[in-house]
Amino acid sequence: MIQHSLLREFSLFRLKRSVLLGIKSLWMHKLRSLLTAMGIVFGVCSVIAMLAIGEGASHEAQQQIKELGSQNVILRSVKATDATTAGEQERSLILEYGLTYRDIAQIQATVPGVLVTIPAREVKDFIWNESRSIDSSTLGTVPWFPEMRNRSVVRGRFFTEIEMNTRAPVCILSKSLARHLFPLSEPIGDTVRIQSSYFRVIGVIADDPATASAESEDKNGRADPNQGAGMEMLIPISTLEDHFGEVLFKYRSGSFEAEKVELHEVTVRIDEPESVMPASQAIRHLLERNHKKVDYEMIVPLDLLRRAERTKQIFNIVLGSIAAISLLVGGIGIMNIMLATVTERTREIGIRRALGAKKKDIVVQFLIETVMLSGAGGVIGVALGLAIPLVITHFAEMVTIIEFWAPALAFSISVITGVLFGIYPAFRAAGMNPVEALRHE
Amino acid sequence: MASPPTSEPVIELRGVEKHYQMGDTLVKALQGVDLKIFPGDYISILGPSGCGKSTMLNILGCLDQPSVGQYLLDGLDVSKLSDDDLSQVRGKKLGFIFQSYNLIQQLTVVENIEVPLYYQGVSEKESREIAVELATRVGLGKRLDHRPTELSGGQQQRVAIARALSNNPSVILADEATGNLDSKSGGDILEIFDRLNAEGKTLILITHDEAMSQRTSRTIRLKDGEIASDRRREEKVP
Ligand SMILES: Nc1ncnc2c1ncn2[C@@H]1O[C@H](COP(=O)(O)OP(=O)(O)OP(=O)(O)O)[C@@H](O)[C@H]1O
Ligand SMILES: [Mg+2]
Repeated sequence: MIQHSLLREFSLFRLKRSVLLGIKSLWMHKLRSLLTAMGIVFGVCSVIAMLAIGEGASHEAQQQIKELGSQNVILRSVKATDATTAGEQERSLILEYGLTYRDIAQIQATVPGVLVTIPAREVKDFIWNESRSIDSSTLGTVPWFPEMRNRSVVRGRFFTEIEMNTRAPVCILSKSLARHLFPLSEPIGDTVRIQSSYFRVIGVIADDPATASAESEDKNGRADPNQGAGMEMLIPISTLEDHFGEVLFKYRSGSFEAEKVELHEVTVRIDEPESVMPASQAIRHLLERNHKKVDYEMIVPLDLLRRAERTKQIFNIVLGSIAAISLLVGGIGIMNIMLATVTERTREIGIRRALGAKKKDIVVQFLIETVMLSGAGGVIGVALGLAIPLVITHFAEMVTIIEFWAPALAFSISVITGVLFGIYPAFRAAGMNPVEALRHE
Repeated sequence: MASPPTSEPVIELRGVEKHYQMGDTLVKALQGVDLKIFPGDYISILGPSGCGKSTMLNILGCLDQPSVGQYLLDGLDVSKLSDDDLSQVRGKKLGFIFQSYNLIQQLTVVENIEVPLYYQGVSEKESREIAVELATRVGLGKRLDHRPTELSGGQQQRVAIARALSNNPSVILADEATGNLDSKSGGDILEIFDRLNAEGKTLILITHDEAMSQRTSRTIRLKDGEIASDRRREEKVP
């Protein structure tokens, strides 16, 4: 019985006519309907646009972290900022700090799950091609560096184990460096010079995503202005030791600095993603035992990734709250107008009741109107929300990502808002006494 | 009509009273009303202002329920029906005509006529046919897509009559149907009523107008919520 009447109530025929009727009633007050729907339009549009921007930003961050290798733990030597170091440094004149071969050997031997380690030493000095030069970083490393660090060799080749063992004077330039030193000619086969050492270029490698992201900092003048961003040359680590020795001298701002650093950077590759966190924990303990001062830093891309995901979650919660508030405001606006409409149309309600409309017919009529208002607001909001990220991407060159579910979600929420905020006015309309409604002026 | 008492009454009121509580006092808008209305009756209900005419019409029209007494419509006791069932009875068996026309402003002439059919679940095509036919019958065949604001009072009232006829009701109720009209348009409306009665429709007209009672076959006078007189004019020409 109930099922039968429900079926009758929501049959397609009645729905279609109710919708047409709703359109007519809303069309009577075009401006009012438009303004009422605006609240929902902005709510929905801001949700989609903000989601797209947030998603884009976090995707970019996650991409960069992933390029570092989610199964890697990256260790870097840094100057300890401890005050006592300064005193010692003045006495010895040579600043000795950072990671050592001993650290690597112990990590290899004791930390479970370590596949390989990639040691690297760095020299910072001018690299020359005839008269062109740039202050850049030269990294001495091992043949498996590109594979482990997800850096693709774009032209030529990387150096081989034989070249490392024979300490061959070969080098691979980062794309930016190659472009800077060889703007017009082919770098492969040519030679570059650092101080008095010459190196033959055998390949070009993609820029380091980590330093590429530091590029913006350079533009802001925070980093060393002499240091070109993404400028990097890779040579066998053995070759670097041969040419530059254990102590590195640098001429910086009018005075010489001497540093003794065994290894500037070590990348530790872990076998399974699940063992990355325990392994990094073990490495941290090991380094804490070996080093009195914190003259190293540890980057765990997986950890960064997790943190980025957590940040994104928080962002989504904040976004969700803003969306909820704006839709609440939009919903209240709709409810306000619907209450006014119900009062204004009291007479119509009375007429309809006299002509055979049941309470639920009146409820359905006003609910449909509210849902159409919010639904139309939702459609416009979705259209705007899809357009805004495109505009942002076009003009601000920001990555924006629109998840397929975002417009669907925002639209359904707008419709649900319509239903929720339409229920009260609709029931108020249906609850009117027909006699009094008919007498209403 | 010739011999109404031989058939079953379409409407029967038994001891109907309507009370309104106004603060401390109980207003008896209707009291002890007994009334039988037969198919084909053409009735005018007269009486001074405040005598309970509209109250009676509301009860007859199932818009309101009696405080005391019984109301049988087509043999069905409607004084105890639920709100939904009352709506159903109104939509199926009754046609309303109001003093201020009461058309729905956002709808056209045909659409207004279709409203009762819509709530009866009549198909779009069928209700459109009925509405067009009725609009033509009340002389608005050329104004099907006009809105109420584009029509004169008399035309609007004719739309209302067409609307009241659309569900083919047992009884048509009119409250001061000509009250807002000039004598010419009012006369047109009354002529339509005469014709409908001649076709066998049961009409109940509420009016202030003594002249109107001359046209009807039965005149009921109310006074202070009671029936003061109920006269049938046997000599009325069919
Ligand atoms: N909702 C109500 N609440 C209280 N009293 C009411 C209500 N409706 C009607 N009455 C009272 O009932 C009595 C009859 O009213 P009713 O409207 O039926 O008069 P009427 O005969 O239609 O008058 P008129 O010719 O002026 O339209 C009046 O005394 C009126 O004050
Ligand atoms: Mg009255």
